[in-house]
Amino acid sequence: MLAYALKRLAFLAISLVVASLVIFLVVEVAPGDPASYMLGINARPDTVAALRAELGLDLPKHERYLSWLAGMLRGDFGTSYTYRAPVAQMVAERLWVSLPLALYALTLSTLIAFPAGIYAAARRGRAGDMGVMAATQLGIAVPNFWFAMLLVLLFALKLRWFSAGGFPGWETPLLGLKALTLPALALALPQAAILARVMRSSLIDILHEDFIRTARAKGLSRRQALWRHGVRNALIPVLTIIGLQFSFLLAGAIIIEQVFFLPGLGRLIFQAITQRDLIVVESVVMLLVFAVIAVNFLTDLAYAAADPRLRSRT
Amino acid sequence: MSGSVETQSSGAAKALLEIDRLSLSIHGKPIMTDLSLSIAPGEIVALTGESGSGKSMTALAAMGLLPHAARCTGALRLDGTDLLGLSEDRLCGIRGREIGMIFQEPMTALNPVMRIGDQVAETILVHRAMGRAAARARAAEVLARVGLPPERVPPARFPHELSGGQRQRVVIAMAIALRPRLLIADEPTTALDVTTQAQILDLLRDLVRAEGMGLMMITHDLAVVSEMADRIAVMRGGEIVEQGSTRALFAQMRHPYTRQLFDASGHRADLPQARAGAPLLRVAEVTRSYPGPRRALFAPRPGLIAVNGVSFDIRRGERVGLVGESGCGKSTLARAILGLEPVQAGEITLDGQPVLSHGRPDPEVRRRVQVVFQDPYGSFNPRHKVGRLVSEPFHLLPDPPRGAARDRAIAEALTAVGLEPGHAESYIHAFSGGQRQRIAIARALIIRPELVIFDEAVSALDVRVRAQILDLIADLSRQYGLTYLFISHDLSVVRGITDRVLVMRAGEIVEQGPTEAVFDKPGHWYTKSLLAAAPILPRLSGGGDKDAEQPVA
Repeated sequence: MLAYALKRLAFLAISLVVASLVIFLVVEVAPGDPASYMLGINARPDTVAALRAELGLDLPKHERYLSWLAGMLRGDFGTSYTYRAPVAQMVAERLWVSLPLALYALTLSTLIAFPAGIYAAARRGRAGDMGVMAATQLGIAVPNFWFAMLLVLLFALKLRWFSAGGFPGWETPLLGLKALTLPALALALPQAAILARVMRSSLIDILHEDFIRTARAKGLSRRQALWRHGVRNALIPVLTIIGLQFSFLLAGAIIIEQVFFLPGLGRLIFQAITQRDLIVVESVVMLLVFAVIAVNFLTDLAYAAADPRLRSRT
Repeated sequence: MSGSVETQSSGAAKALLEIDRLSLSIHGKPIMTDLSLSIAPGEIVALTGESGSGKSMTALAAMGLLPHAARCTGALRLDGTDLLGLSEDRLCGIRGREIGMIFQEPMTALNPVMRIGDQVAETILVHRAMGRAAARARAAEVLARVGLPPERVPPARFPHELSGGQRQRVVIAMAIALRPRLLIADEPTTALDVTTQAQILDLLRDLVRAEGMGLMMITHDLAVVSEMADRIAVMRGGEIVEQGSTRALFAQMRHPYTRQLFDASGHRADLPQARAGAPLLRVAEVTRSYPGPRRALFAPRPGLIAVNGVSFDIRRGERVGLVGESGCGKSTLARAILGLEPVQAGEITLDGQPVLSHGRPDPEVRRRVQVVFQDPYGSFNPRHKVGRLVSEPFHLLPDPPRGAARDRAIAEALTAVGLEPGHAESYIHAFSGGQRQRIAIARALIIRPELVIFDEAVSALDVRVRAQILDLIADLSRQYGLTYLFISHDLSVVRGITDRVLVMRAGEIVEQGPTEAVFDKPGHWYTKSLLAAAPILPRLSGGGDKDAEQPVA
């Protein structure tokens, strides 16, 4: 198990280095010079050159890559071209919204999907199963911003349980959590629909396995066999989907952030791209890549925890 | 549920399980009709017959695990209680406690993510027979009883860390953990090697005798039946056509079907004399190894040697057998001969030309070797018509026949294997297992290969179908003078269909020679142990029934 984890960790480090190189090069070849963009079209060439020197844009590429990398390792992501503020600070503020939102949405999605998927698998072909399947079909088909608008209409405007948008900060944690509830739910519903379907089909496959019949022959009831032998075996594909969904939720919440006026990562990166704030784009993308790779690492560990056969296969 | 001892002593032949005119239908389609059978404590009753005869359904009926759509009439009494009338709750209380069941596939019958000790203890815990600690101790004890002592195979192991035979022992341990009075074993050794099979059969016999359990043993293998059972019931099409004590049944065989099964089990095709000519295939010092899993992060990967320095020749017109247990490297060797596996050392040549040139199969050589696999269904594309399937090897030819010539070739190949030319227009699902294997043979023969490899080609077939396919191979041998390599784990089959035999163990050929000589006077200890472990059909001596020692196969 330890060897397995170490090997995964080595892969993680290598992936990060490769990703950083790719991100740096892609941003490099993107057209547009940040210095002239910041100063406007009427800027004098010597002013632009001075700014380029100040930003370090005139250094050779490999030096800039290394200093960018070294900076990130120290937690120094550089200074935003447009806001003249440290990128690390800007990202950290946004992360305090986006990360809890993603985790919240993922928790909700799992809490909805597991019972729904297991219920449907246990009642395969009967009314309950068909109900779940119809609901998940709807959940996949309807875009999440539409859910968001419906949730706002119902819970914010009509019932007045939640506010329609904005984020009060984490001074009062409960208020912060409350503000994230509707966005998290809007994000979670389509994800839950997908996850429930994966859970259902995976569990149905497992229920046809010979060892379920063995369990029944030991005297386990249908329900006991499903819970004790079915669910854990059905987890592998489900964990894969959960890992993919987390990555998506972290950065893909941009539309939901717009609908609810949330200061999240998605909006930050959107603004940075429109303003040619390359250093912010680089840093946020690198951060997201790191998050995705880290989540993959955790998913790999979760696989090994769920399935002992993977532990010996390093 | 105690007091079985009293009920037992009240009558000598008091039945433990009594199946009384049991009929079963699924969606109105009759599966079993008027089945009557009884099993006494300490008795081994075998249910035998071909696939689809209703053997497994009988077992599932006794367990109350029939599919939802199944409808039963009649009675199925365990100690006088009719199981058919019981609620699901009551049945859960009986399964595992009063009746234990052992399944065919030890590889898939265990939960892969649960430790074996826990799986055995679960049988005890689910019936609340003991506390958690006591259940664990009992599980370890039962595992030791079935031959998995904790010091050699700790209960903390996972199923994937065990061999097939060991897994089957775990399945048996789960079934007997609460000392059930009835044990049902559905083809318990079919998926195992002969030597393992012999050990598992010994274990079962021993358990039944020691614990006074009744055993319902389901198997298609008459040789196993004859060695194990006190009584035999022969099933066909959902009915018992004949039943009686093992000795009497084999002596009389009143029903023609029993006789057919028996004859087919010991069937030996009438193989024409070999006309061995010049060497065709030459396998010289071939070694094939796979990189194993790394033990540590940067340690070199240890090699798994599947084939180790194997050499042999096959002459034109020769029929050579290759026997050995699973994992011995038979199939790897076959794949290497087909040019599907690179080899690390040695060379394989056909008529002097290497089968692999520059790491790729040489098409010139490739078209002269064809193969027939075990699974007749899995090796066909279900979306193609038989005509297209059979003519697949044509793509190996530089100038394949087209149009009428192609149709003629297909018709000829189908006729040669005993099918109709009209079958070319059907899809593969319309055919039975035996017909599919005929189609596979037609496909192999259509481009007139010089060497055919039969890789467990008859292992998945029922005995009577197997006999027909073996006859077909013998016929084709006569007509076309086939040269083939016949790979099988089944010694009796190899004996009847080959001139020369190679015995393989752990990647090496430990013995080779003329088939009859090797079987009559095995030289290597491994060949001897294989032959000793193989179950033997009783010899029939003109109505006599004694001394079932001489092998027929």
